[in-house]
Amino acid sequence: MNEKEIIASRIALELGDGDLVNLGIGIPTMVADYVPEGKHVTFQAENGIIGLGPLTEEETNIVNAGGMKATIKKGGAFIDTITSFTFIRGGHIDVTVLGALEVDQEGSIASWIIPGKKVPGMGGAMDLVTGAKKVIIALKHTNNGQSKVLKKCSLPLTAANQANLIVTEMAVMKVEKDGLHLLEVHPDYSIEDVIKATEADLIIKDVQKMKGVN
Amino acid sequence: MKKFIKKNDFIKLLKDEMTISVGGFLTNGTPEKLIDLVIESKVKGLTVICNDGGFEDKGVGRLIVNNQVKKLIASHIGTNPYVGKLMQESKIEVELVPQGTLAERIRAFGAGLGGILTPTGLQTIVENGKQILEVKGQKYLLEEALGADLALIGGAVADDYGNLKYSQTMRNFNPVMATAAEIVVVETVKRVSEIDPEDVITPFPFVDYILED
Repeated sequence: MNEKEIIASRIALELGDGDLVNLGIGIPTMVADYVPEGKHVTFQAENGIIGLGPLTEEETNIVNAGGMKATIKKGGAFIDTITSFTFIRGGHIDVTVLGALEVDQEGSIASWIIPGKKVPGMGGAMDLVTGAKKVIIALKHTNNGQSKVLKKCSLPLTAANQANLIVTEMAVMKVEKDGLHLLEVHPDYSIEDVIKATEADLIIKDVQKMKGVN
Repeated sequence: MKKFIKKNDFIKLLKDEMTISVGGFLTNGTPEKLIDLVIESKVKGLTVICNDGGFEDKGVGRLIVNNQVKKLIASHIGTNPYVGKLMQESKIEVELVPQGTLAERIRAFGAGLGGILTPTGLQTIVENGKQILEVKGQKYLLEEALGADLALIGGAVADDYGNLKYSQTMRNFNPVMATAAEIVVVETVKRVSEIDPEDVITPFPFVDYILED
């Protein structure tokens, strides 16, 4: 497995039977490929689908939230933006998985702007992290050797204190009231490796081998 | 009850400095023929409300590339690099709005409300310059209603009465934008004689004109 596959497969284990889930663009989209068999998960796409299915090459007016041609599952529904964000902001989404540029030990997330460099915009991300019951951040642990898991985000925030779980290719970390707990470490790395690669303060009590990876 | 409009008559509705809302999500459900006519009209100084900046060769992105847009109100501009270029040259003003907030601001205008209260954007730069109100111990941002002079609606299946439903995910912002503009013009993907009243998404009184094929 490459780094992205490690992150996606580990996050898939967090999804519960019957959950309504919104996946962001990039690594989060790959989570759908790793849902364990027998577990029934419904995916929502914020442009207006309950029951998002796989991508397709066929002629269709259905697109996913990345604008790619997609399908809808049996029993699904097309909805308008108002209804879509009623699901999202109103607390009806069980889990959202989003990428980020930075995340910090207080659960704050930065994902939509690098001032002076890149301003893609927040799209639906601010609403998603504000309204979803559980927010999982999927990101590479470092960027050019610099930790992306920080004491405090340096970039403008997507939201403050909303991340619940952070999954990287190295580790699984949980945001709690008393700080950021290191829960799991990938077998290719030691706890010391993770500490070295992390700017945030990690609370280390009972660390397990990362689940769902070989 | 047909209210078809010819291309030339649609162009006559367009004016410099207008605010135009345009349906669609990454151009899925965007009325491209109406965009063609806005380009043909050469109107300028437009304020455009759309989920995103489209692409350089598709959707509202074409109006931006054609330098007809003074201000863009959108949630995402990452798919149209030309917007970023104009921003750097201070040739366009961009107001970035969280997607759910953008939809609700438009809904508020259409529903006769002054604005909405949302937790989205609290403790971020989105809250700059906005009132924060507390209701039942929870903080919210006051986001003002957002209407348009003209709404351009796409992805529609229209019947002979002007009722609309929408094709697949082309629905997105279209139904809400159809409630929040002085004039609402629709481009159809399909015509039917009658939509079952149980299936109508946008009832005909919201629709002023349907573009003739």
